[in-house]
Amino acid sequence: MPTTAPAFADATSSDSALRRFLHGLPGVDPVGLEARAASLGTRSIKATAKAYAIDLAISMIDLTTLEGADTPGKVRALAAKAVHPDPTDRTTPATAAVCVYPDMAATARAALAGTDVKVASVATAFPAGRAALDVKLADTRDAVEAGADEIDMVIDRGAFLAGGYLKVFEEIRAVKEASGPARLKVIFETGELSTYDNIRRASWLGMMAGADFIKTSTGKVAVNATPASTLLMLEAVRDFRAQTGVQVGVKPAGGIRTSKDAVKFLVLVNETAGRDWLDNHWFRFGASSLLNDLLMQRQKLATGRYSGPDYVTVD
Amino acid sequence: MTMDKLSAFEYAPAPESRSVVDIAPSYGLFIDGEFTDAADGRVFKTVSPSTEEVLSEVARAGAEDIDRAVGAARRAFATWSALPGSERAKYLFRIARIIQERSREFAVLETLDNGKPIRETRDADLPLVAAHFFYYAGWADKLGHAGYGPDPRPLGVAGQVIPWNFPLLMLAWKIAPALATGNTVVLKPAETTPLSALFFADVCRRAGLPKGVVNIVPGYGDAGAALVAHPDVNKVAFTGSTAVGKAIAREVAGTDKKLTLELGGKGANIVFDDAPLDQAVEGIVGGIFFNQGQVCCAGSRLLVQESVHDELLDALKRRLSTLRLGDPLDKNTDIGAINSAEQLARITALAETGEAEGAERWTAPCALPSAGYWFAPTLFTHVTQAHTIAREEIFGPVLSVLTFRTPDEAVAKANNSQYGLSAGIWTEKGSRILAVAGKLRAGVVWANTFNKFDPASPFGGYKESGFGREGGRHGLEAYLDV
Repeated sequence: MPTTAPAFADATSSDSALRRFLHGLPGVDPVGLEARAASLGTRSIKATAKAYAIDLAISMIDLTTLEGADTPGKVRALAAKAVHPDPTDRTTPATAAVCVYPDMAATARAALAGTDVKVASVATAFPAGRAALDVKLADTRDAVEAGADEIDMVIDRGAFLAGGYLKVFEEIRAVKEASGPARLKVIFETGELSTYDNIRRASWLGMMAGADFIKTSTGKVAVNATPASTLLMLEAVRDFRAQTGVQVGVKPAGGIRTSKDAVKFLVLVNETAGRDWLDNHWFRFGASSLLNDLLMQRQKLATGRYSGPDYVTVD
Repeated sequence: MTMDKLSAFEYAPAPESRSVVDIAPSYGLFIDGEFTDAADGRVFKTVSPSTEEVLSEVARAGAEDIDRAVGAARRAFATWSALPGSERAKYLFRIARIIQERSREFAVLETLDNGKPIRETRDADLPLVAAHFFYYAGWADKLGHAGYGPDPRPLGVAGQVIPWNFPLLMLAWKIAPALATGNTVVLKPAETTPLSALFFADVCRRAGLPKGVVNIVPGYGDAGAALVAHPDVNKVAFTGSTAVGKAIAREVAGTDKKLTLELGGKGANIVFDDAPLDQAVEGIVGGIFFNQGQVCCAGSRLLVQESVHDELLDALKRRLSTLRLGDPLDKNTDIGAINSAEQLARITALAETGEAEGAERWTAPCALPSAGYWFAPTLFTHVTQAHTIAREEIFGPVLSVLTFRTPDEAVAKANNSQYGLSAGIWTEKGSRILAVAGKLRAGVVWANTFNKFDPASPFGGYKESGFGREGGRHGLEAYLDV
């Protein structure tokens, strides 16, 4: 088992201690949080700033396909797109990673050989997380053995909502150990946790258990990444680093489809966690259709013309 | 990653276009539906506080012009007050819609003349102005249901003197209820911000408002004094400094003029240790740096529970370091210019007093433009009740931070002020909000928010912050013979 940061040894010594710690975190006023996110959403990002933001956003994408109908062909196409998102412009940055189910991780690994694009694999009975711990750990090990650089796990929301914080904590630690060298992204499914207080508690719980990234959503439920929930998680990683010195990444996922949305998220990062997170080692977008919108906007900035969907590749 | 890791996310300039507003080289007084020169031909210049550029030359009203304007309002009163409320409502709805349609133009104009950021004029001032006219338009034909008798009557001619901090919004607060209740109006805008009121005169004409119902008389204090003292004025409404408010109260004493005063403040923003801290930081910033702190209900005193003082101050300083000060027309600007050289001098002097009396000064790291009137966001710690900066209204972007130990002490310190306009309470504990709010002697108490306005909510002060209420059903009373 990885060791818990000494600062939290007491807090994680029992279920009740952990509960006291998490419930002792400052509350979140929903109206104020959403107002702040909306206010940052009015930032006007133009010209050079927009060009910077678009390239940064492309480089932060975990290009994702998580469908029952995924095939090796589909995954290879996605991998090619990740490496060269715009075949007509080789200055376009590659995406950060390709994100697939564990059984597709080997295909993705082979397709991405020799590139800097990472293989991310969901695991732990994604997206519901309703399986025995052994199954989840086996799922994780399979993905890592197949070549995944990053593991996107889901927490047991049922346990969390039932107050079983220690169970969630121990499970994250176990998955972290099973992930070995792979970086671990912990998905809270914020739409199911429902309250902002819960999202703040889950963020601390995840970070205390050793998450390398905290991630909003699976993309499989009605409410996915929102500006407010992402802002809240950015506050959490900021505060966690201030307290422990450990930096943790953030990944909003699901529902981010337009360049305009992506730029708003980058403004949240810039003005909340700060520039240390403006890098694909520390911030990611879990998205698929977002990439083509970013590419169209990138072409428009370069040429002054809006080319349309036939001028980006459909994969 | 191919990108330069060290390059920062610097926002490129994003200025709102000035071309949406056409400012004439000169403006007259608006009396009896016409723009006219002042009787003595005097004019004054209005400048843009962010650049000191002269925007226009405006006729300066004197006593003779005030007399003419009051006469026009008196003549218009007979027919205006005799209209059915539903007819007066139509004019007010029309005014509200025209303001909405021209809101971008008004936002740019207000930003140019006042110095406040376009983000605020666009997202706060203008929507509230339109909302205020819509709200009181709705009351015009329902006055019999307002609780002031079956058919409450208007007072007559209202003389209204407004400040420079929210020029168009204060105009709306004054004119909308006056017209809805059947009064006619002579309004004097502040000498540093006359333009939006003059543009509003054009809105009145386009709305087909009968001549003389609204008269706009830009000028200095002498014009305001002449308006307040005019024997044919039935109602005086003033928003501004406590010193001038006291002089007005003395002037109208012994007359049958009805008076409402909305004066200064030294609002206490109380943060308990169980507050939602991130949102409290936002509320503190919005409370004192909104409109560069030039807000009568600003949360200029931060009362923070000693046990979270250090944590809160660290977070507050970090947040203040992200504020963007500069060109008010830039859509990303958070902090604009101070309205005038005179106000800047006052803020500067009070901040120096704070230092001289031993408070610890901290200023947000930001470069100030070379032209115009600017003051960087500033906070003082180690402030006590005895410090001048804890007692006097600074009316600028300066926050005084004090501490308390218990809820009783917080209430005692919050109330220990000559003013009583606004207060804020930050706690996640609902019972504490109710208990503390009931003990605060302030006209507005916000819980887990600050500087939130709504036309349906009455606004006004205790003690030297004034009397009378504006907004809501209560706001009708000041303009009715009840």
